[in-house]
Amino acid sequence: MSRKFATGGAPHFPPHATISGVMRQVLLALVPGIVAYTWFFGPGILIQILLAVIFALGFETLMLKVRKQDLRLFLGDWSAVVTAVLFALCLPPLAPWWIALIGMLFAIVLAKHLYGGLGQNLFNPAMVAYVVVLISFPQVMALWLPPTSLAGQSLSLGETLTTIFSGHLPAHLSWDTISEATPLDAIRASLATGQMVSEARMSPVFGNFGGLGWEWIANFYALGGLWLLWRRIISWHVPFMMIGSVVGLGLVGYLADPGSNPVPLQHVFSGALILGAFFIATDPVTGCASTRGRLIFGAGVGILTLVIRRWGAYPDGVAFAVLLMNMAAPLIDRYTRPRIFGQ
Amino acid sequence: MTQIDRLTQARQAGEQLHHFHGGLRLRHNKKISCELPLEPMPLPPRFYVPLLQHSGPEAKANVSIGQTVLKGERIGLGSHPGRGCIHAPTSGTVKALARRAISHPSGLEGLCVVIEPDGLDQWKKLEPIGDWNNAPPSELRQKISDSGIVGLGGAVFPTSVKVEEASEKGIHTLILNGSECEPYISCDEMLMREQPDSIILGARILQRAVGANRTIIAIEDQMGAVNQALMAAVTESGAGDIDIVTVTTIYPEGGEKQLIQVLTGLEVPSGGRPSDLGLLCQNVATATAVARAVVEGKPLIERIVTVTGNGISKPRNLLARIGTPIECLIDQCGGYTENAARLILGGPMMGYALDSDSNPVIKAANCILVLSDFDIRPPQAEMPCIRCGECARVCPALLLPQQLHWQISNQQWDETAKYGLSDCIECGCCDFVCPSHIPLVEWFRFGQDQLRSLATDRKQAEEAKQKFEAREARLARTKLERKQRMDEKKRALRDEAERKRKLAEAVDRSRSRQDKEA
Repeated sequence: MSRKFATGGAPHFPPHATISGVMRQVLLALVPGIVAYTWFFGPGILIQILLAVIFALGFETLMLKVRKQDLRLFLGDWSAVVTAVLFALCLPPLAPWWIALIGMLFAIVLAKHLYGGLGQNLFNPAMVAYVVVLISFPQVMALWLPPTSLAGQSLSLGETLTTIFSGHLPAHLSWDTISEATPLDAIRASLATGQMVSEARMSPVFGNFGGLGWEWIANFYALGGLWLLWRRIISWHVPFMMIGSVVGLGLVGYLADPGSNPVPLQHVFSGALILGAFFIATDPVTGCASTRGRLIFGAGVGILTLVIRRWGAYPDGVAFAVLLMNMAAPLIDRYTRPRIFGQ
Repeated sequence: MTQIDRLTQARQAGEQLHHFHGGLRLRHNKKISCELPLEPMPLPPRFYVPLLQHSGPEAKANVSIGQTVLKGERIGLGSHPGRGCIHAPTSGTVKALARRAISHPSGLEGLCVVIEPDGLDQWKKLEPIGDWNNAPPSELRQKISDSGIVGLGGAVFPTSVKVEEASEKGIHTLILNGSECEPYISCDEMLMREQPDSIILGARILQRAVGANRTIIAIEDQMGAVNQALMAAVTESGAGDIDIVTVTTIYPEGGEKQLIQVLTGLEVPSGGRPSDLGLLCQNVATATAVARAVVEGKPLIERIVTVTGNGISKPRNLLARIGTPIECLIDQCGGYTENAARLILGGPMMGYALDSDSNPVIKAANCILVLSDFDIRPPQAEMPCIRCGECARVCPALLLPQQLHWQISNQQWDETAKYGLSDCIECGCCDFVCPSHIPLVEWFRFGQDQLRSLATDRKQAEEAKQKFEAREARLARTKLERKQRMDEKKRALRDEAERKRKLAEAVDRSRSRQDKEA
């Protein structure tokens, strides 16, 4: 008696990876950095992450419904959560709640779904959102806190919540007393007044290489990034070239004019460079697909970041650099096509 | 690199091992089918021998219903000489010529010769080539052609066509491919372990048939006992020109182009053949089929089939005749287990799912794989591509699968051709690693079909255009010729008239002169 079977296409093995698995691993890799962030700068960042995730999932649901897509399938891919977390990590910890709302509106609705949803967006949604709020609300986005170890007064969880939701500090505090320039801001401001980098670095916000606290957060981001490399979620090309070009170009600048250029490692360990190198510029959707393309993409982001930091109007340039390279990615891919076997 | 450099490097095949791009390290799962010894299958109640068992058009049946046939008698004629003739697997009666499922990847039915065995299993008169060592190579090639031998690695390309072409082009090295890189399949390993002598014999015959100087037998590093068995057989045969090379097991290094790259560091030119490098690549099982055909005169009517997977009670290797229903093989292996879910002909990466075990064993059937529920991919939704590039990282043909997928879904056929769609070897590596679960290989098969039919259309259009233009030219020519003829005729008539007029005038003149004189 013969038996009938259901058929299916080859290969028959179960899938090796899933998008949601990739996204969850990216989130997991961010955990050490987030813990360090909370340790140095208080619980504000956790609330920003939570807010951004809630808004992101809300907009994602809305847009999936409007676009008549499978809710369970696409909400389950975790991509909106990754966008939200990466965006939140760029915010000052006490930014008011509506910053996350506006950011996620631009990230999920505009940068992602209006371009065709998952996999179709030309620009990195988290960076689009960050640049929009940075340009639109420069004052709010400049309210950075010093590491808790330096701060005279630190905020409790309750006070942090009130500040984020009301937009006002508790009565006994003022922004002038608690906010502090970021290390990159400090260097920029000092250089503007004709000081040397070495003088700027006298400020207590600096650590061994980058900003106090910041450099440790960067270390933990790097740790997560290395884990992603080991898990083969990301390839080495972009982080290597991005950090490598910053170090290389930074070294040239430092050797040529140590007065107005910090040591290269200062660049590496300040701002969003490490986060960008491992988590943002490695976004596959908006980056290059070919190996050579990724090398060029990474170098491009690194060089543009340094150029913006040195000559641009903003202290950090990672977001702008990533967006500029996003634009160039399709062109780079076109000209870095690998040679086909036997041709 | 010039062609001469390439040939020089190809001559050093096997001296140094190289890498190919991408590929996967997969769990072998081969041991489970290697524990029991090779066993020949008993005769089934009926054979269903498909007439399409090779790449190319279906063979024509040359038997009629009710006719008795002997074992090894030719029952199907290839459309071209040497292209896939089919032989009776046993002696018996032709009961029917029926359209049935033929274990073809398309799932389509085809004509089968249905034979009821008479139980005598009586051979036709065998005509071996006794002294093959002194027989002319062309006679050896003719024997291969008459014996219905095809590539037994799974591609079933007619061996005679390959061998003829190779001997025309000139071959220096014969490569016997014993690296079955797909998980689960162990028929070649079993063959090399149990019948190393016939492989060595086949190698020597093939070497003579194509005029090669040496043979390399490539095996995998995880086939422990095989190396010794082959070594012993080589020593015993006294052949000094056969080398055994162990290659690392990375899927798909058993692919012809990949194996050649591993052995020589050279890439077979796109659209070209291994013979462009002076190489001929054959499966080890094909070599034994050649040995049997030449030395014993027996055509290809049986092969080793691995019956394995978590859906089989006692996995093992069987020596099965072509045309045996697969269900008989399953019974021989103790039947299905409870959770048997998918029946696959071939391996888990490139094999195709059959809808019924009434399908017959064919020449391409290296493995009958029955996977259980938890071995196979659950039906799942396809997500959009996130351009992660994993597919390109594992592609042994150095293609950009995500780009090709996008081009095919947008029907940009010229672009797909430019991006090398026809260089895809359908190994399935890209499909396996895709986190979006896009059935890339299915897309590429579809795309390649489209490219082929597009090429045919273009060729036909071109031919039609040429015909039209030839006709136009011919019409214009005949018109011109006719006009020329007409003109000539007119001129002739005019000349004639002129001549007549002149004659008349002359006559008139002479008359008038005569009149005057008169």
